[in-house]
Amino acid sequence: MDRYIEVPVKDNRILEELRAGDYVYITGTLYTARDAAHKRMYEALAAGEPLPIDMKNNMIYYMGPSPAREGRVIGSAGPTTASRMDKYAPAFLDLGLKGMIGKGKRSRAVIDGIVKNKAVYFAAVGGAGALLSKRITASRVVAYEDLGTEAIRELRVENFPVIVVIDTKGNNLYETAAKAYQKKG
Amino acid sequence: MREIQVSAVTEAIAELCIEANYELSSDMKAVFEQAKETEEGPLGRQILEQLEENLQIAKTDRIPICQDTGMAVVFVEIGQDVHLAGGSLEEAIHAGVRKGYTEGYLRKSVVKDPIYRENTKDNTPAVIHYSIVPGDKVTVTVAPKGFGSENMSRIFMLKPADGIEGVKDAVMTAVRDAGPNACPPMVVGVGIGGTFEKCAYLAKKALTLPADSHSEIPYVRELEAELLQKINGLGIGPGGLGGTKTALAVNILTYPTHIAGLPVAVNICCHVNRHATRIL
Ligand code: SF4
Repeated sequence: MDRYIEVPVKDNRILEELRAGDYVYITGTLYTARDAAHKRMYEALAAGEPLPIDMKNNMIYYMGPSPAREGRVIGSAGPTTASRMDKYAPAFLDLGLKGMIGKGKRSRAVIDGIVKNKAVYFAAVGGAGALLSKRITASRVVAYEDLGTEAIRELRVENFPVIVVIDTKGNNLYETAAKAYQKKG
Repeated sequence: MREIQVSAVTEAIAELCIEANYELSSDMKAVFEQAKETEEGPLGRQILEQLEENLQIAKTDRIPICQDTGMAVVFVEIGQDVHLAGGSLEEAIHAGVRKGYTEGYLRKSVVKDPIYRENTKDNTPAVIHYSIVPGDKVTVTVAPKGFGSENMSRIFMLKPADGIEGVKDAVMTAVRDAGPNACPPMVVGVGIGGTFEKCAYLAKKALTLPADSHSEIPYVRELEAELLQKINGLGIGPGGLGGTKTALAVNILTYPTHIAGLPVAVNICCHVNRHATRIL
């Protein structure tokens, strides 16, 4: 089913209606963060320091873009493998993070965190960075500039295409979808 | 003895880094086309169409196919009748990578130390594989390797008694575990035989073969076909979202090995299997 949602999330019922397998178009604000930014935020949290972005009702896109050409908003901008963020994600979900966009499997702890906090894990199509960059209308670095491609960016997206992999109930598309096409032998 | 200036190597590598990241080679386009025609799942087909559109946008709008423009893996075949002049070849190769990644708006994804992880900011150094061959030419292949799929690659030190069934199990285990993480549909490079490092090298080298080519050894060719069919029967599908196209190709290289061993390396690559070659 095709759905259209806005981020930050104003009413969580919209997320709760999403089902694993739904095709979703996101409009609004996303924050990018990948390995190094996650580690730094996690350490800040442990040290009792404030985080550079507000997790509440927001979504993180696991992505580190290629450099933008002059006059362009961003370079290639597809998802990176989410499992590398599994160590850090549950803590951010507990702070009110409502969505994560990446590719690939998640750990049990992350799935539990998703269900507990009624959040969603989306996949963007891996290796479609040129296409996905077309749905990003603005980008600016908001923290950790020294990390280069791994800095935290605030993105404006319009109808950014993603697929629900793990919904608020914990249904997991990666498990169900493959079964449907499995062949014996 | 023919003389080649290393500056020509720098130029070639810079251009190949850019070329590989903006446009796939014709063999990859061929297997892609085939996949689109045979994918049975509607979502799978939709993803494949998106990937094709992505390739088109990359080419016309000059945006890298994928934001992970890889660590540059460089294969250099040096004819033994060539004299490389004008400086260090190794430096010339790194200079080519530096130039290509900077001028080509490619992502700098290399860190100086595996533990302290400070970005080198120019994507150097490259990983270089040299070989000496007959003749007076230098053949350079640049294969930028993304790590979503690289991380899912495996080495298995099997026993001779494990035989061909053991090899099949090893490949299927690696592919199954890779699943959606490796940006399927994948290309699977397999090295069988040699030593620990030799089979890994063969697996990497197998990824640079034309994806629509097949081994000349009859049993290996059959093994490639059988594994491709088995992998596509896993149901993982494009994007890992279900479908009948989990891999675009399986390429296998073999080498003699020790009486006591059967090393198998499985180098997983995504659908953005980049390789560009030039002969100097
Ligand atoms: S695995 Fe390949 S397609 Fe996926 S993000 Fe990495 S380089 Fe891109």
